[in-house]
Amino acid sequence: MSHPENATVFLKDKARAKWHDDTLWIVRQKRDVTIHQIPEWEKLRELASQIKDHTLSKLDFYLEELEKNATANGIKVHWAENAEEHNQIIGKILDEKKCKAIVKSKSILTEECHLNPFLEEKGIEVVDTDLGERIIQFLKQPPSHIVMPAIHLKKSDISEIFHEKLHTEKGNVDPVYLTHAARLHLREKFLQAKVAITGVNFAVAETGEFVVCTNEGNADMGVHLADTHIACMGIEKLIPRRKDLGVFLRLLARSATGQSITNYNSHFRSPSPGKELHLILVNNGRTKQLAREKFRNSLKCIRCGACMNTCPIYRRSGGFSYGSTVPGPIGSILSPGIDMKKYSTLPFASTLCGSCSDVCPVKINIHEQLYEWRQEITKAQGSSLKGLSMKLANGIFKSPLAYRISGKMMRASLKTLPDSIIYNPLNAWGKGRNLPDLPSESFKDWYKKNR
Amino acid sequence: MSSKESILAAIKGLNMEEKPLPEIPDFAVASDLVEAYTHSLNANKGTVVSKVELEQMIADTGFAKIYSSSPSFASYSNCEVPQHPADFADLDLAIIEGQFASAENAAIWLDESNLDLRAIPFITAHLVIVIRKENILGNMHEAYQRIGATKSGFGVFIAGPSKTADIEQSLVVGAHGAMSLRVVIL
Repeated sequence: MSHPENATVFLKDKARAKWHDDTLWIVRQKRDVTIHQIPEWEKLRELASQIKDHTLSKLDFYLEELEKNATANGIKVHWAENAEEHNQIIGKILDEKKCKAIVKSKSILTEECHLNPFLEEKGIEVVDTDLGERIIQFLKQPPSHIVMPAIHLKKSDISEIFHEKLHTEKGNVDPVYLTHAARLHLREKFLQAKVAITGVNFAVAETGEFVVCTNEGNADMGVHLADTHIACMGIEKLIPRRKDLGVFLRLLARSATGQSITNYNSHFRSPSPGKELHLILVNNGRTKQLAREKFRNSLKCIRCGACMNTCPIYRRSGGFSYGSTVPGPIGSILSPGIDMKKYSTLPFASTLCGSCSDVCPVKINIHEQLYEWRQEITKAQGSSLKGLSMKLANGIFKSPLAYRISGKMMRASLKTLPDSIIYNPLNAWGKGRNLPDLPSESFKDWYKKNR
Repeated sequence: MSSKESILAAIKGLNMEEKPLPEIPDFAVASDLVEAYTHSLNANKGTVVSKVELEQMIADTGFAKIYSSSPSFASYSNCEVPQHPADFADLDLAIIEGQFASAENAAIWLDESNLDLRAIPFITAHLVIVIRKENILGNMHEAYQRIGATKSGFGVFIAGPSKTADIEQSLVVGAHGAMSLRVVIL
C-alpha cells in the first residue's frame, strides 16, 4: 500500500481526522510556548547538532569506548548486526533465565526489530508497560507516533478495549478511571517480572552509562523489580561526554511535548548487587545510512517526534499511513534507506514546507533530505507516467507552432471536457486539486490587442 | 567476522573526516532560584511544601507504612528496607533526601547514596524529596557540572510524580509510580 492510498483510508472519517490534526497541533503549540522561555534555544540546537555530527564522525571510536567503560562497570555488552541477531540475543538470555514473561518499556528499536512477535512465538508473554503502548498492544496495532503511540485513538476506543481486557465498567470513558485500572493491572505484571527490557535515549561513551527517560516511571518500575535488565539501543544513540546530557535533556522533552523535562530520567551505570544488566548495540542498516553522505545526518535523530506534530501531512494522514516503524518526516528519510522500493512513496508525502527542519532539536535538514530521496527514487524507478508527459511537453515547447496550436486546443477543450476525463486516474495531479479558471485567450493574443 | 568487527569495519571503511566537538558555554539562569524551582515543579504537577505542612499532611492522612531516610524526618519511619523491592509494594510514603536540583525544570538528582533500594522513589504511593535551598542550581548544565565524575551504579533526575497523557492527551497523575511528589526545601 502506498502513502496516498493509506491516507485515503484515514481521511474517510473526517471528524476523527480533524481531531487528530488539531490534537497534534496543540502539542506543537505547547512546544513553542516552552522553547520561547529559553533564550539560548537556538544555541542549544546548534550544540546538539554539532555534538551528534562529531559523534557520528568518530562513531567507531565512541562505540569501543562505550563498550570498554560499560564492561568495566559490570554491564554485559552485546553487538547485533541486524534485527534477527538482536532478537536472538534476547531470546538466548531469556532461555538461560528460563523466563516466560517479560515487561518492556517503550523502545522504538524493538518495534523496528519486531521483537514482540519473535518472543511470542517462543511462548514468552510480552507486556508493554507504557500506557499508550499497552493500549495498542491490546488492539494488536503498531504505534502510530513514536512519543504518543495511541494518539490515533479516542477515549471511547480505549474504554471499549479496557472493558474487554481489564473488565472496566462498560462506557466509562474517564481518563483517570481508565489510567487507574491500567495501573492496577500493570503493577501486578511489574511485581511478577524477572526480566525487564527497555530502550535507551542516550548512551555516554565516557562513563559507559545510559539514560532512559519516561513520564510514567514504567521503565524504572520494570527494571528495579526484575533481576535482569536488558537495554536495546541503535548504535547512533551515543554521545561522548556526560555533560552533553545537559544539552540533550533540555531539548528532548521540550521538543516532544512542551514539558521542561520528563519526570524520570534514569542513569544506569552498573547493575544492583546480585542482578544483571545487558546492553545490546544494534546496527540494522545504520552503517549503510552513515555511508550515504546526503542522508548521514538523519542518524542524529533523538526521537522526539516534533517533526510529526508539526507536519501538515502527518497530522492529516495519521501515523499508520506511512507503513513504517518511524512515521512522519523523519521516518520518511530513514525508511527508504532500509528498503527504498517498499517505502518509495514516503518522501513524496510532504509539502517540503520545511517546518520539520525548523523544529528539529538536532537540526536535521529533513525537508532537504526528502527532496534528495525523491531524486534517488525517481532515478531508480526510471520512466514513469509523469516522465512520459514531460517528454510530450518537451516536444510541444520545442516548436513554436505546436505550442500555439496546443494552447488553443487546451483552452477550448478543457471547458467542454467532462471531469471524468480531466480527473482520470492517470492524472495524479488531478487528485485533490482543482484546475484554476481558464483565461479566454493566450497572453500572446492579449498582448497583440493591448500593446 | 563477529558483528562487532563488521560494524566497526563498516564505519572505519568510510574514512569520515572528524567534525569538531563543541564546548558547552555557561548560560544565564533565573535570579530567584527558589521561585523558579517552585514554578517549574508546579508545571510538572509536583508541589513545594514546608516542613510544617508536610508534618500536618502526614498527621491528616494517617499513612500506615512510611519509610524515611531523611534525618530531618527520621521519626516518621516505621519500617525497614526489605530484601526484595517487591515487599515495598504497599509502601504509602517515602521521604528521601535529594542532592541538588535544577530550577529550570524542577529536576532533583538522587543516586545510590540516597537510595537504599533503587525502586523506592518509584514503587512508593507518595514521594517526598527533601533538598537544601543552597543546593538549587540554575539549569541542567550546572547540574551536570555538579555531578562531575561521581560514580554511582544508578542515578536519576526526578522532576515530578508519575504521569501520563496517553488517553486522548488528558493529563492523569499517578500512572505506575508515585502518585504525588512533594518537595521540602530546607
